[in-house]
Order: sequence, then structure tokens, then C-alpha cells
Amino acid sequence: MRILVVAEHDHRAVCVASRSALTFARQCAAASGGSVEWLLLGHSLDLPAADAACYAPVLAADRPALADPLAERYAPVLAAAVAKRRADLLVAASGTFARDSVTRAAGLLGGAMAGDVVGHEFHGGRLRLQRPMYAGAVLATIELCAAPQIITVRPGSYPPAERAETCADVVPLDVPETEGPALSEYLGVASQRAGRPDVSEARVVVSGGRAIRSREDFERLVGGLADACGGAAGSTRPLVDAGIAANEFQVGQTGKIVAPDLYLALGVSGSVQHLAGVKNSKLIAAINRDPEAPIFSAADYGLVADLYEAVPELIVKLRSV
Amino acid sequence: MRADGQGIDDEDLAYVLNPFDEVALEEALLIRERSAERVEVVAAGIGPEDCEQQLRVTLAMGADRAIMVPCDEPLDSWNVARILQQLVLRELPQLVLMGKQAIDDDANQAGQFLAALLSWPQATFASRIEFTDGAVQVARETDAGIETVRVRLPAVVTADLRLNQPRYAALTALLRARKAPLERLSAAALGVAIEPRVRVLRLDGASDSRDCRRVASVDELIARLREAKVV
Repeated sequence: MRILVVAEHDHRAVCVASRSALTFARQCAAASGGSVEWLLLGHSLDLPAADAACYAPVLAADRPALADPLAERYAPVLAAAVAKRRADLLVAASGTFARDSVTRAAGLLGGAMAGDVVGHEFHGGRLRLQRPMYAGAVLATIELCAAPQIITVRPGSYPPAERAETCADVVPLDVPETEGPALSEYLGVASQRAGRPDVSEARVVVSGGRAIRSREDFERLVGGLADACGGAAGSTRPLVDAGIAANEFQVGQTGKIVAPDLYLALGVSGSVQHLAGVKNSKLIAAINRDPEAPIFSAADYGLVADLYEAVPELIVKLRSV
Repeated sequence: MRADGQGIDDEDLAYVLNPFDEVALEEALLIRERSAERVEVVAAGIGPEDCEQQLRVTLAMGADRAIMVPCDEPLDSWNVARILQQLVLRELPQLVLMGKQAIDDDANQAGQFLAALLSWPQATFASRIEFTDGAVQVARETDAGIETVRVRLPAVVTADLRLNQPRYAALTALLRARKAPLERLSAAALGVAIEPRVRVLRLDGASDSRDCRRVASVDELIARLREAKVV
């Protein structure tokens, strides 16, 4: 199998989530006898290209038109790269970038796509994939019945790939500029992460639920505990809807899927939709005033307490050692 | 779940309009209500006979017309997009609004596939839509935060839940919609032969539950988390 893996990057290094996708790709290549290359798209790529090359050979499309993440510009380049390398598999980390651009590329490549893959096996030489459905209540085993196959992988399901012993080459991707008429324009992004890590990459995620009453309380309690643990701040949907937490904090079926070492749920009731986003966490601890809250049956440790009393105590005690 | 793992036992299930599609329809109705020009809202549905009930709900909510493409075969996102492509070429809308994902397969693909097939711009996961000259400005909910893009019309926009709060259909409107005309068009009449891309081999139930150990105090919680070396 010839496999291309999309390397998402932050202009300095390849994202941890893409390294998980690389692990999936390496396992598929090892099982089927094949090769793995990174596919790196963007502009001014020297730093991420050098980092990516420490893991696998890099095909780089470095051009001004790819400076902003617009699907109309990324998808044709992704599709052209697959055609050019005659790749059997295009792999990416599941997230909003891949759901937007890689899915559009799959639309250009014949639509054989599986998203959010959490496991795989080879059966009679055919790749079988596991992916959740119905907000994670069902695990489906599927096969894609056309080629090329486009697959996005849930980062928490595969460990991030380690560096190879020697660095590989960076080769420019030689596909024609596909500058058609300007279909879309990127106007910017507003983020309120406040210097904390992203929930999908953090080792610890502290999430707040409906019990949090204001923006100030969210910052003081959820943000404060996240900082005390060196973690990320997350939230449930109702808090984002109420304007108490920013959109990019939302964890769940329609938000971000997380799989940290520790998920700390503060005043979270534990809806099916929210649990769909956290069930792969290694350890889940919950603080809730309601002893009957469903979050407790999805947690490893539970403390029945008012978070307005317990969390300040937690912050002080965690900081004091 | 059916005992043979080959599907969901839907004998006692009541199907509803996909919540994301409901938001997309509401946005179309709001656009019509706010527009000085005449706007027509056409709802389209693809699926087994039962799907007619959901299309009648769209009429009751306020859609001007509804088109049903009856289809008993299971459809993956690719084939949904191919059928929608033919409907678009027939209806020539300025805007296709659809939910970002269905809450059964959670695929989040059909809108992007459709935009690719049509070579139209796309704005996925929309939480705000504003019209400007011949274009639409969309706030998108992404992992990085709220991204803003401007896409030229015609375009495909997929709706996130925060875009609006869908209205309820009034009982009288629901009763009236039961008798409203509803156009039927088969996939074959649209020139689409189904090409399966995803084969579901089996479905297994997945459980969220863990053995929760209750701790009595903050100190005990910290001790347990330290034991597990997570703080």
C-alpha cells in the first residue's frame, strides 16, 4: 500500500494528532508491505518540513495560495498529490481541518472515505476499519469499496509516532497550480485559548458543565484548575451556548473528541453527546453536587461536592506541592 | 441493535428530522423572511417511505416545496451527494444549506462531497451567516476557534447547532402539510445509479460505563490522582 499522510502543523512542527495518523499509516504499511510519506501543505514550510522529515519522507506543497486553510484551495492539491503518487490511501487526523479540506478532496477522488477511525485490521488482504456511530453508542466495522481510500483517524486511538533514527528528505510536490476563480476568501480566526494547550492535545483536560454560572467563574475555576494541572480548559455545549465558554472549548459529539490521561469533569451532568467526546480518556474524574448525575457512571473517580467549594481547594492544594 | 449485528432494530423507533438539518431549514426560512427579494425554500429528502413524514414537517415549518427521492437501499454520503448534485442541477439554487452531519452515521461528509462535485465553494460548520454582494460571509466553528470566510454564490453551507434555534411547526400547519403536494423523483429518473462506497460489515454496542469509585474529600481525590500519576 502506498500511503500519504497529511501533516497538519502550527508553522513550527507537525501536530501530535498527525503523528497519531502516521502511526496508523505505518501499521497499515507494515501489514500490507508498503510505503508512507507525509503530505505537507501551506506556505513558508521550512520549519514544519524539517520537523516532519524526522518521522517520514516529506512531499511539500509550499505556495502562497495555501497560506490560509481554505478547502477550495487545499482539496485540489491533496487530490493531485494522491493521483501523482498513485496512492492507495490518504490519511489525516480527524478534526475540523480534515473534515473540511480532506473530505472535499475525497469528493474529488470518488468518495471512498471513512472518518473518525478508531481501529483497524487486515482481513484477507482487505483493510477493515472501526468507527463510532450514533454518538459513540455503536461501533461499526466497515470496508471501503473503491480506491483510493481516504481515512481520518481519531488521534487518541493511536499513539503519536516517534522520530525515525535518521531524517528523511523533503521533496517539493510538483503538481500544477490550480488557481481557478477565487471561490472563497479567508477573513481570519478568533481564538480565546488564553495561552493554554488545545483540548485535543493536552495531557489533562479540565471541563466545566452547566453548574458554572458565569464567564468569570469559568476562567477562575475551570481555567484555574487547568493551569494548576498544566492542562487545557474544556466545556460542555450548554456553557458555550450560554456564552460562558468559547466555542473551541466544546468537547463532545459535535465538538472536539479528546483522549487525555486525565479528564476532570466539573459540574458536568454527563449527556450522551458529551460522553461521546471523552470516553477514550485514560482516567475520568468527576465532581458534581448531584450524586445521581450520569457522569458518575462514566467516571473512574467521583466526588459528590459543590464545585464552588471543592475546586478552589483543589487548586490551592495542587499548587502547594 | 439487531442480534445479528447487521443493523439497528427500528421497529419501535420514531424517526425525526436530523437536528442539524432542522437548523439548516430554519436558516433558509430566516433568510426568506429577512430578504427584500423573493426567496423560495425547497426541502429535499432522500430515503425510505418513512422519510415522507419528515418532509411534511419541513412543509409545516414553512418550506415552499418539498422533493422526495425514495430510496430503500442504504445510502452512504457519496451517493447522497450524487443525488443532491442532480437535484441542484435541476433546481439551480443560489444556496444549498444542509446539516453538517447526520446524527446516526455522524459522517460529516455529504456537504463537502456535494461542493466538490459541483465545484462550488463550501462553508462548513456555520454558526453565523450574513449576505453581502453576491457572496455570503460565514462564521465557522473550527478546532482553532471561530473562523470567518467569505464564499461566492452559489455555495454549499453546512450548519452547526449554534446557527439558530429552529421553530416548532404548528399543529394546524402539520395537519395542512399532510395534504400538501410533494414531488417524487427516483434516483434513476435523476440519472443516478447507486455506487456503494462504504460497506458496513457489522455493528457492535459500545458502552461508556466505568466502575466509579466515590472519594470522600478533595484530599482523597488528589491522593488517587497522584497514585495514577496523572497530576
